[in-house]
This record gives sequence, C-alpha cells and structure tokens, in this order.
Amino acid sequence: MTLRERLREKISAAFYHHGLLCASYPVPIILFTSASILTCCYPLLRLPLPGTGPVEFTTGVRDYTVPSHEPQGDLGERPDWYRGPPVAYIQQVLVKAAVSPWDSSLVPVDVFRSPLGRVFSLLEEIRNHVHSDSTGVRSLEALCLQVTDLLPGLRRMQSVLPEHGCLLVSPGNYWQNQRELFDSDPDPLKTIQKHEPKGLHTSATLRDLLFGVPGKHTGVSHYNRKRVVTYTITVVLVSYDTRFLGSLRSRLKQLHPSANCSLRDDHMVHVHFKEEIGIAELIPLVTTYIILFAYIYFSTRKIDMVKSKWGLALAAVVTVLSSLLMSVGLCTLFGLTPTLNGGEIFPYLVVVIGLENVLVLTKSVVSTPVDLEVKLRIAQGLSNESWSIMKNMATELCIILIGYFTLVPAIQEFCLFAVVGLVSDFFLQMFFFTTVLSIDIRRMELADLNRRLPAEAGLPPPKPGPLRPREAPPPPRPSPHTITLQTPAFRNLRLPKRLRVVYFLARTRLAQRIIMVGTVIWIGILVYTDPAGLRTYLAAQVSEQSPLGDSGGGGLPPHLGVAPVFHAGDPTSTLSVLPAPEPTPLPENQSQGHHGSAGAGPRPQVPPAVPQITWGAEDEEGWRRLSFRHWPSLFSYYNITLAKRYISILPVIPVTLHLSPQEAIETRHPQDTRHPPPPIPKVSADLQTDLTLYKVAALGLAAGVLLVLLLFCLYRVLCPRNYGQNGVAHGRRRRGDLPCDDYGYSPPVSEISPLLLRGHSMDIECLASDGMLLASCCLAGQIRVWDAQTGDCLTVIPNHGVFMTQTDEGDLLRRRSVPARPTLFTDQPDLTPLIDTNFTCQPPSHLATPPRGGFDFGGLVEPDRASTAGTQATADWDSSVWAMELRGNLIAAGRSSGKLELWDAVEGSLRCSNEDGVSGITALAFLNNRIVAARLNGSLDFFTVEINKPLGLLQYRGAPGRGSMPPSPCYSSEDVISCQLTRSVQCAHQKPITVLRAAAGRVVTGSQDHTVRVYRLEDSCCLFTLQGHSGGITAIYIDQTMVLASGGQDGAICLWDVLTGSRVSHVYGHRGDVTSLVCTTSCVISSGLDDLICIWDRSTGIKLYSIQQEVGCGASLGVISESLLVTGGQGCVSFWDLNFGDLLQTVYLGQSSDGQGVRQLLVLDNAAIVCDFGSELSLVYVPSVLEKLD
Amino acid sequence: TTSNINGTTNLVIRGTMLFSVGVFLALVLNLLQVQRNVTLFPPDVISSIFSSAWWVPPCCGTASAMIGLLYPCIDSRLGEPHKFKREWSSVMRCVAVFVGINHASAKVDFANNVQLSLTLAALSIGLWWTFDRSRSGFGLGIGIALLATLATQLLVYNGVFQYTSPDFLYIRSWLPCIFFAGVITMGNIGRQLALYEYKVVQEKTHQD
Repeated sequence: MTLRERLREKISAAFYHHGLLCASYPVPIILFTSASILTCCYPLLRLPLPGTGPVEFTTGVRDYTVPSHEPQGDLGERPDWYRGPPVAYIQQVLVKAAVSPWDSSLVPVDVFRSPLGRVFSLLEEIRNHVHSDSTGVRSLEALCLQVTDLLPGLRRMQSVLPEHGCLLVSPGNYWQNQRELFDSDPDPLKTIQKHEPKGLHTSATLRDLLFGVPGKHTGVSHYNRKRVVTYTITVVLVSYDTRFLGSLRSRLKQLHPSANCSLRDDHMVHVHFKEEIGIAELIPLVTTYIILFAYIYFSTRKIDMVKSKWGLALAAVVTVLSSLLMSVGLCTLFGLTPTLNGGEIFPYLVVVIGLENVLVLTKSVVSTPVDLEVKLRIAQGLSNESWSIMKNMATELCIILIGYFTLVPAIQEFCLFAVVGLVSDFFLQMFFFTTVLSIDIRRMELADLNRRLPAEAGLPPPKPGPLRPREAPPPPRPSPHTITLQTPAFRNLRLPKRLRVVYFLARTRLAQRIIMVGTVIWIGILVYTDPAGLRTYLAAQVSEQSPLGDSGGGGLPPHLGVAPVFHAGDPTSTLSVLPAPEPTPLPENQSQGHHGSAGAGPRPQVPPAVPQITWGAEDEEGWRRLSFRHWPSLFSYYNITLAKRYISILPVIPVTLHLSPQEAIETRHPQDTRHPPPPIPKVSADLQTDLTLYKVAALGLAAGVLLVLLLFCLYRVLCPRNYGQNGVAHGRRRRGDLPCDDYGYSPPVSEISPLLLRGHSMDIECLASDGMLLASCCLAGQIRVWDAQTGDCLTVIPNHGVFMTQTDEGDLLRRRSVPARPTLFTDQPDLTPLIDTNFTCQPPSHLATPPRGGFDFGGLVEPDRASTAGTQATADWDSSVWAMELRGNLIAAGRSSGKLELWDAVEGSLRCSNEDGVSGITALAFLNNRIVAARLNGSLDFFTVEINKPLGLLQYRGAPGRGSMPPSPCYSSEDVISCQLTRSVQCAHQKPITVLRAAAGRVVTGSQDHTVRVYRLEDSCCLFTLQGHSGGITAIYIDQTMVLASGGQDGAICLWDVLTGSRVSHVYGHRGDVTSLVCTTSCVISSGLDDLICIWDRSTGIKLYSIQQEVGCGASLGVISESLLVTGGQGCVSFWDLNFGDLLQTVYLGQSSDGQGVRQLLVLDNAAIVCDFGSELSLVYVPSVLEKLD
Repeated sequence: TTSNINGTTNLVIRGTMLFSVGVFLALVLNLLQVQRNVTLFPPDVISSIFSSAWWVPPCCGTASAMIGLLYPCIDSRLGEPHKFKREWSSVMRCVAVFVGINHASAKVDFANNVQLSLTLAALSIGLWWTFDRSRSGFGLGIGIALLATLATQLLVYNGVFQYTSPDFLYIRSWLPCIFFAGVITMGNIGRQLALYEYKVVQEKTHQD
C-alpha cells in the first residue's frame, strides 16, 4: 500500500513537472513532436503504396526456372512476391489473318468470316500437338490447366467457356469450337454481340476474353478498312515445359510463317495481382469504418469548455492517427514487414488505442480552477489524472501481451502494432496533445480577457469619450483631445498574426501563382503521359501522313466496280521485306486502324487494296492493352483467385494467315452478301491529313484560350479585391514601414480614449497597483483605491481622521528629522517617482491642521480593534505618505515619520502599523509577505507580514499575469495581521537610498553613494555590493528573469548578472541623470534628463536608436508588450513601436495640452496603463495589445 | 396512463432500434463468414446471401431486441444499476471490438480449432471485462450463448441450416464465444438506450 502510494505520488509529481514544461514551451515541443512523428513515419516511404493495379516482373525465357519458395540472398531486384510457381503460364497464339489480295467481288463480311474460320484448324493443330523425345511424350492435355465447373452463377456462359478440360480460349468458343456451327452461322457478329453485357461495363468482357485482344483491334466488323483480323488463341498451362512449347512454336511458325515478324520471344512477364476488393468485401470494411467514425464522433463530442472544440477534436484524431503511423513506421524500421491488410485492421487499432486518455486529460485540465495560471492548470490537470492514465495504459499493455501469447501470427502482429501504437500514442498525448491543450486554454483566457475589457476601449469615434456612469464629473466630450495618428502606422497594433500571414499571401499572390504553375505542370504531364493524349495522337497523325495513306487516294470502293489503284512502285515498298508467299510487296503500316477513323472524323480512310499484315512492337505484349482485370476475371470464372498471386505470360507465337479471295468466297454464308457496304469516301487523304492537323491546332488554341479564360475567372473569383492598385503608388517598402502598407486595406480608425479617475483634490504622489486594484495617494494624504479593470473608486481612506491633541516627545523627535529632505533634493530633482519631490507645496489640509502630531498608538492597538475601528486615530495623519505599495488587498504606506502602515484596501481600515524606525521611508517594496523599507538615513528595514488566519487557510486570488507579480494572497477581514521588523540593516548605504526594487527573491537598492546592493529577501542577507557608477544611482530595473539594470547620475547604464554580481555591460547614454529604466527580453530602454529615450540591445549593449522627446516631458516609461513602449509626456502619453522607433499614437489626457507632466506610469496586466495627471488618474486601455505572456 | 403509453412507445422504439441494429450486424457478419470460404466474390454471391437464409437476420434482430431490452430490465430488477462506462463512445468501442472478434474469427488462420476457440473465448471475456464488468451481464451472456448454441445445433441436426464446414467441433467451438460477445454488445447498447430514456424522463419530471 505504501509502495503504491509512493509510486502514485511520484507519478503525479512527474506529470506535474511535465505539464509545466509543456505549457511553458509550446512551440519548441510541438516542433520536436512533429519532427519525431516525421522521423518515425519516414520508413513508411519504403512501403508500397496501396493500390490494386498489377505489378510486373520480366525474366528471360532461356534460363527460366520456377522460382523457389524460400527467399534467396542474392535476388537483387527480384520482387518478394516472385516465389514459388505461378498460378498459371499463359501462352498466347496471336493470329493475324487477311484475305489477300482483296478482290472487288468480295463483300465486307468476307473480311473476317474466312479468317475466323481458320481458328478451328489452328485449334486442332494445337490440341493435337505432341512432342516426343527421350524423356517421354508430352501433349497439351498433360500440361494445360484443367478446369472444372464454372461458378454456379455463370450458367449463361456455360456454352461459351470451356468446362471440365483444358483452359483454352479462342474465338472458336463462340461456336463451341465446331467448324460446322460457324459455317452455318448466318451472322457471326450477332453471335459475338449476343454475349456482350448490356450497359456500361468496365471489366473484361467475354469478347475480350475470347479474342485476347481489345475489341476494336480485332478487326471483326463490317467497317474494317485494314481488312486484317486479329485474334489470339490463349492456352493456360499449369506447368512449364520448354521443349513442348518450343516445338509448338516452331511447328506453328513452320505452318504459318510470318515473314516480316521480328517479335522478340526471349522474355516472359510475371504479373502479380494485388488483393482485389469487391463490393461484398467492402461492406464489412465500410461497417467498421462507420463504427469507427461513430466512436470518434461520440468521443470528441465530450470535449467541452475549450476554446476550439473542433481544433481539439482534430488534435485528438491526429494524435491517434499519427501514433498508428509511427507504430507502423517503427515496426518497419526494425525489420517487420506488415503482412496484414492495413485498411482492415486500422479501425480496430484505433479502437484499441482509443481516444479515452485524450478526453480524460481535457476534462481534467478544464476542470481545474480557472483563475490559475495556464501552466499551473495544465500541470495540475495532468497530475490529477496521472494515476488513472498510467493504470489504464498498464492494463491495456497487459491485455495486449496476453494477446501476443496466443501464438497466432496474425494476432501477434496486430498486438505488436498495438503495443508500439500505444506507446507512441502515450508519447504524443503527453507532448503533442498536452501542448495543444495548453495553447487552447491560453486562447480561451485571452478571449475572456477581451470580454472583460470595458466597451469604451474600442469604441468607434462618434461615441463620446470617457464616460464613467458612477464617476459623473466629466461631461461627455466630443473627444477633441483624442488625436489619432496616421492609420497605417497603427495597423501593427491591430493586426493579429494570422491576418498578417493572409495579407502576405494576398500581397504576393502566392496562392494564385502556385495554382497557375500547378495547373500548367498538370496539363503538361497530362498531355505527355496520357496514352490517349496529344503525343500519341500526333504520332498517329504523322504516321498516317506517310505515302501509304494515299495509296487509295481518290479510289472508290471495290464493289462499285472501279479497279483499285495499285502503287506497286511505291517508294516505301522497297523498305519492307518481301514475304515469301506474297505476290505483292507489303509496305509498312500501322496496324492500329482506329487512329485514322478517330482523326478523320466522318470521312473514313480509303481501304488499301492489299491488306497489310504487319508485326510491330505493340504486338509483342498485346495483352497489355487488355483490361488489367482480364486475367483475374478469366480465372475467377473457375473460382481461382489471382489475388496476391502471380501468373507468367510467355512470349506470343505469331501466326500469319493469308487467304485467297477464292477461299473467302467459298466459306461465305448465303446471307453474307446482304450487308450494306461501307460509306463512300470522297475527299482525298491529303486534304484529310491537312485538315486533321489544322483541327488539332485549332483545338489546341481553343483549349489554350479556354484555359486562360478559366484561370482569369478563377483569379477574379478568388481575389475580388484590387490588392495591387494602391500598392503600386507606394513602390517598394521602406525599412521602417510596416509590413502591411502595400495594399489598400485601411483598418477602421481606432482611438484610445483615456479614462479619467477623479477624486483626489491634490496632485497624486504615489501610485501602486497589483493588477487588480489600484491605489493612489495624493499630496493631501488621501488614499484612494480603484478597480483597475473598471476604474471604479472602491475605497477612500481620508486623512481627516480624529486628531489627537496629545503630543509625545518621540513624535517631535521624528518631526525634527524630517527637515533634512529639502537639502537632499537640491541636488536630486526627481530621482524616483516614489519620493515626494514637490515638497514646497504642502497640502492645505496639513497646514490647516492646527495640532501637529497626533498621538498614535498603532503598535499597541489590538488587531481586532484595529479592524473594527481602523479609521480612528491610530494613523499618523500629519506626516505625509512618501511611499506606497499594494499587494493583495493590503496597502503598505511608508510615511515621512518613518512609520509603516498596512491598510485594508477594500475596507479602508488600518490593519496594523509599525513605528520601529524613525527615519522617513523613502521607498517600499512589498513582495510575498515581506516588506522592505528604505529609509532616508540609508538604513534598510525588513518586515514580515504575518497573517494569523482563524481558519488557517490562505486563499489565493487570481492575478494571472505578468511574471513579476506572483499570485497575491488575499487577506480576509477576520485575519489578524501583524507586521514585525525582522531585520534592520542600519548602514545599508552611506548615503540615502534613492531606489528600491524587489523581484525574484532579491531586493536591490541604489543609493547616493554610487553603489547598488543586492539583498536576499528571505534572510535579508546582503549578497553583492555592485560598484561601477560614478554617480548616485537614480534608476534600477530588476524583473523575474533576474536581469538587473541600473542607471546613475553620470548618465551611465550598467547591466549586472544578479547571480554572480558581475557587470555585464556598461554604457553611457545620457547627458545627465538616467531617470527611468525598463527592459524587455531583447532590449533595454532608458530615459534621461536630456529628454532622450535610448533603446539598447540587451545582449550586446549597443544603442539601437534613440528618440528625442520634447523638452520637459516626463521621465516615466512602461513596456506594454515586447514591441510597444509607452512614455509619459506633458499631459499625454505616447505609444511607440519598439521595433522601428515609430510613434504610434499620442493620447492626450486632458483638454489642454499644457497640462501637467505624467510623472508616474504603471502598466497593468490587462494591457492598460495608468498614469497620474495632476490630481487625476488616467486609465488608458490599449485594446489591440492582448498578448499574454507566461 | 400517459406515462404508461409513453413507456410502451419508448419500449417499442428501443426494440425497433435494437432489432435494426441486430439485422444489420447479422448481415454484415454473415458476409464476413462467407468471405472465409470465398476469397473473391463472384457476382452472384451477394444475392445468394440475401436470399438463401432469409430468416437468419430477422432471427438475430429479434434476439438482439430481446437481449437489449432484457439487460436494463434485469438491472433494475436486481437493483444494481449499471454504472460502468455509460457513454456512447464506449458503446461504439464495444461494437467495434465485437465486429473485430468476428473479423478475426473469419479472417485469421488458426493452427487448430482449440487455438481458435481459446483465443475467441479470451477475446470475449476481455470484451466483457472492458465494457461490462457486471455479474448479471456475465451470467446472462453465458446463458443466452449456451441456449443459442443449442438451438443452432438442433437446427443443423435437423438439416434446416447447414454449415459449409463439416467439422462439428469447429462449429461448436467458435459459436458460443461469438454468441457471448454478441449478447454483451447488444446488452451494452440496450442499457445505453434505456439510460437515454431514463434521462429524458428525468428531464421531463424536472421540467414539471
């Protein structure tokens, strides 16, 4: 049990850390994951693509042996299916027959009747061929594939296809291989046509099967102008006997010599057929896929409470699918070749791996408290479900392992895939999905943030400017004080990244260009590779232009009684070899007569007087022109499947038959002469070919024009806007211009309207915020607490409490120490905003209070009494507040009397106070539960705020946001809060401390004595004393990432390494004091008394550029995002683009521009800034900057 | 009375849905079993499947409707409502695994029948463990599977129905496992449907 608990804890912790990691570095992790997915899927490239087309492999005939079953080592290019004997050997006898010379007395039927009739004698010859030698006597009967019944569903084919005997098909099968039936057939074409299927038929027809050549090549028709009939006799052999086949070949060649035949007969082709999927097999497959999709649908439907449901569902599916791909890829990498049908087992693999974990993760993460930081939410969600995820995974692995021990190869393979898939799925869930989830959650928070912004932030111009319903004073103004800069410059602020990408695409017209190029390439490929495409078409045209084409030029059909024109002296005839039995020379010609008919349109070619029988390369492997389902369908009629098996196709045996007209007339059927003659050609072939070429050209031109029109339309449809027109005038983009200037898109004019928070009667002295609340203190000593989101005034802590008349000596002593200040400020005009500089103008209320020095007994007051009667005379009213800090709902106020007070920001009650020190507090830092106070005499006091909760629980209020502000503890009114001085460093500095900053567990002080000191917050221990400035320190910046920058009166800026205390860089940038310092991740921004704002590169210390501001403008700086700087000026704040140094916008805070300068400026979490403006506070929302950093 | 009418309509609707699911699965799985013997379908096989044993799919449909109605009924009688993984995605997963078991029995070549039956039994038990885990479900599954096997054997014995494979042991070994898995699957679907109805009724009462 304890072990289990420990294990559980460890797993939970590991998941927590992992979640933090994923949420912190989403982009690198996603890149890493994608890279690993691609790496794992890389071996898949070697796998053959799925497809049902057959694969071929050619071997020589001479040294052919039946391949063995066992794979051998040195096979080289030999495919792995080439093992064992084939299903069958196919021997085709290709017969080309013609009646020659063609006689005018012949009728069209004669073209094929007598040539077809010769098939029976040929069949007889083949059947009866016997080869006998020393090894014995072999006949076809012994070697051929013996088939039994046809499948029961093929009754109607029973009369045509052979049963119970050799599988030997030829056109003779139409007439049951009997010459008598053929001779008595009045219309052979009708008999052939009778068996053709009705309607559209894609696979092999019976005609193709029996003729063995594609139907249009057979020449068995009335309109055969070549008058050559082609057919094959297909013999299917079950075993390969070289001698028998050799003798058959030589016998046939001897009987029917083909003189000009140069067909190669030394190669046999092995054709391997893939598994074919029929509709019936598809039904279960489709069912499983339907179930799979239903599963995915029902699973992803449960994803809820996220920004993009579809995005997450897609991520979940991608996770599962890529894990499967990775699994297959990994298995292939390690030598396991998948033998299972991927498509079939795929749904089951998905179901086994499942989407459950992903859903559980999502649910767990979205159910974490919303106000936590995103990475904490992810981490917590992960660790909550870690145990169940691990348990499920272990169970599944166990089940699969059990499956592995079934010792059934198929199941073992499945299990192997499943195991690897599970592991890679786990990996992807942890890295890919978690990261996607974190991005999604962050987006959702951003959306929430957007919604929370007040409506005024992004109002269009006609709306009146700042209007606080509860803060009635300012009447609605027509906002003349809101000046909008030129719109293009501000676009950088408004455009989200994806829009910029879209605009980039639009500007470069990338999509159109890619489409255009792609289309052109595609058309090119189409034209050059399509077998029916332009190339073959033109080749055919060119070949028909040969002089042979007009051999019958002007000739009339023979049956009209005009003698055919013989071109015996044709120049081409000398090129051809004279066949021995032929009386007439045989010029070369294309045997593909269909090209001519296709090209010539309605005018058919004039038939040659002497039918030419030629043998070309296309006859060598005539079976290629057949449907690739030809052989599988032939075998499937006898219930023999070729799926995953192969057949060997032997070289064809050419047979040439020349029949005399006499023979043709003899074999005629009485009805043959009734058929109509073919149409009469009228135009010469010369003109014809010309016309055809013109037609091709015209067609091409038309197609081109059409294409251009189409593309133009496409372009217009896709890009209705005229992006280019405005861009031309601008020319090339200058550096410093914004990337979205080139197209005429003008975003809606937006304005930033300041929200004025009124209520203070005097100038505002101190300003503090913790992101949610805003505390301000004016010269009159009045502290007001505002809601940083809405600008509502929540609490007013007035300074007109009950004043005591008693005076004590200690107070007088304290009072005496105060006058030291004016002398200090003679040489230090405006060091830090936290120090009261405007000493000459004392609040009138101070002057009006006659009895100086109220008796304060803050330290003695019981806490509970303080909480109930906090506004009573416990506070030190007559001393002014010099420093103020706000954390949670506690305001720490440091007074000139050296007293530290803690106020409740919401209730306005004094919670406790501490007056251990006597010197005035010039600066305060409030971090976690520590308060550090820097005093005028150079001492540094560390206080600890202790909260004694009645219930002992410390609730955290959401301050999800900038790293510099950790979640603030929220103190309830029942808590007893005490503030103890833990350590006082009496002589922290030799001279007064001017700056105090705290972050990342460090307290940094800068002093007049030219040194910077770094203290550790926990134990108040001084870590380093940094020396490097030759003047008093005036500005310090430190943030969560431990970057420390300091600026001094000498105008120098030093960057320090907080961990080692070494100086990283030292630059001089200003003539006069450095008044303010801010850092971003890449640069350091400083402002000085010389009204310059300098931007430095943080790593190299090189000045990037500087901005000269107006004289006398404020010294306050703030960084809203990585690229947006805000500076305070005379009655206005200015927004700058840090990347280019452009002024984006100036927002005037009041109606008159000669108002007071902005001396303090705070950047809040919700992309708002708050600054003091005389006696008012100004809250300015920057609506377009909603980057969330964490 | 209205609730009674509602109840009967719901029952009829559920029964119809279960019946159609059963018919569909029977047709598909029959096709799978036929595939075992014929690798490549000749054109007429499909029509012969749909015509020869026309009564098999309706029988399967009726049986699945009964089972699917019986399971939630027994759950409520026993007073232990089924709470394990009551989600449609889980039901879909269960159906997919059931089809997968059928697929494996049809497509995978086993060395001998003992191996086949052991594997199928393990798969079926795994199915129950993964998606059901209730004692009533297990008992009902076993009982119905035995009954169905007996009925089939009687039919075969009387010559009403015939298997392509003559191996008697072979038939006996894989049938009960398939029946068991089927019963679990249909029970799962029936329970989910009943849950849906229950939810609807609950919502209605809430609205009232």
